[in-house]
Amino acid sequence: MPKKGTKSKKEKVDDVPNEQENKLPDYLELQRTRVVCNADAPIHTQGFQYSGAFAAMGIDNSVSVDKFCKNFKIEINRLTEDYMEFDMIGIDASIANAFRRILISEVPTMAIEKVFMADNNSVIADEVLSHRLGLIPLDADPRLFEYISENDVPNERNTIVYKLHVSCPKNSQRITVKSSELEWLPEGSQLSMSAPAQSGDKQKTFTSFSQSQKEILEKPLGVKYKDITIARLGPGQAIELEAHAVKGTGNVHAKWSPVATAWYRMLPEVVILKEVEGPQAEELVNKCRVNVFDIEDLANGGKRAVVARPRACTLCRECVMGPNEKQVELRRVRDHFIFTIESTGSMPPEVLFTEAVKILEEKCARVISELS
Amino acid sequence: MDPQQPEPVSYLCGDCGAENTLKPGDVIQCRECGYRILYKKRTRRIVQYEAR
Repeated sequence: MPKKGTKSKKEKVDDVPNEQENKLPDYLELQRTRVVCNADAPIHTQGFQYSGAFAAMGIDNSVSVDKFCKNFKIEINRLTEDYMEFDMIGIDASIANAFRRILISEVPTMAIEKVFMADNNSVIADEVLSHRLGLIPLDADPRLFEYISENDVPNERNTIVYKLHVSCPKNSQRITVKSSELEWLPEGSQLSMSAPAQSGDKQKTFTSFSQSQKEILEKPLGVKYKDITIARLGPGQAIELEAHAVKGTGNVHAKWSPVATAWYRMLPEVVILKEVEGPQAEELVNKCRVNVFDIEDLANGGKRAVVARPRACTLCRECVMGPNEKQVELRRVRDHFIFTIESTGSMPPEVLFTEAVKILEEKCARVISELS
Repeated sequence: MDPQQPEPVSYLCGDCGAENTLKPGDVIQCRECGYRILYKKRTRRIVQYEAR
């Protein structure tokens, strides 16, 4: 098979005999592999989905696992603790989008879901405070926990308990309550469900832990960021509460979404169709806000515009509007995605992506078993 | 509860935050700063909220 997405010049347009060597004519190859962004609107956005689209030319346009395995490539551009940018090459937009959607709404994390308020005389309302607590990213690996269903008793396998006891002394300055003051309770809830019936009785609390979470987990749990403002307290005000975190997914509530966001864009391709020289070149370079173009000095003292940083292109289309319209063409590579994941901290971004792949795999397995 | 001996209730001053214990008939005024708005204390009973 001809390598998908190659930009090399296709000389043998009418070469028929060897089916393996068959290539599409340039204009069709362009339509198949690129979206062309004209000044008014993009064209060839659909691509060729039909497997027999080029059957008459002896070219197989079908989707196959072999072809996919041969062409698929991932290149990581940037990877930090909570940010990852990588190129995903040779994949259909539908699958790239599936990964994006799964990352946002189906990869589970832990988040505070129930708040037991014993005292809160601060100016922030109980409901608002609870909501704020829910949004705090927790430093807990969701893979170590189970989902809790409605009738389940909270235990050490499905619930993390945090305590927040803060008060502002009288005659002092206002204080700011930060997320670092959330204290992890590995032994479970400390609040009793009802007034003590008999002293000495073991109090019934809101959780029933059979063992300490310290024994199941390798590292202590906490919050990811210690500097998130939860509330501010005036003199004499206090907050006393317990917060229970459970496992969930972003499709139920965004607080469970493991990514700040995950997004992709198609690889931009900027092509100078006709040499842009002299003052026109200067003009073109100045037009581009993200400096896609550079000036190249010619031997005869003239200047020529060249495409230096196509990846920076934001598709503003400034360069294809006006007099340069016919000189520059903006394209996007149809099967090349620049994928970005920003993790909120429960798992590093590369782990999030593999989790997303696993979820899609599971879904596919389910479909296959339904069909067979 | 005994109606003859009403339990004193404690209130919080709206200005300085001081705790004031008042019985029926008392002047509603903070003992520390003289502020006339007092707030009833919040219940210690546990209230459950959903963090959504």
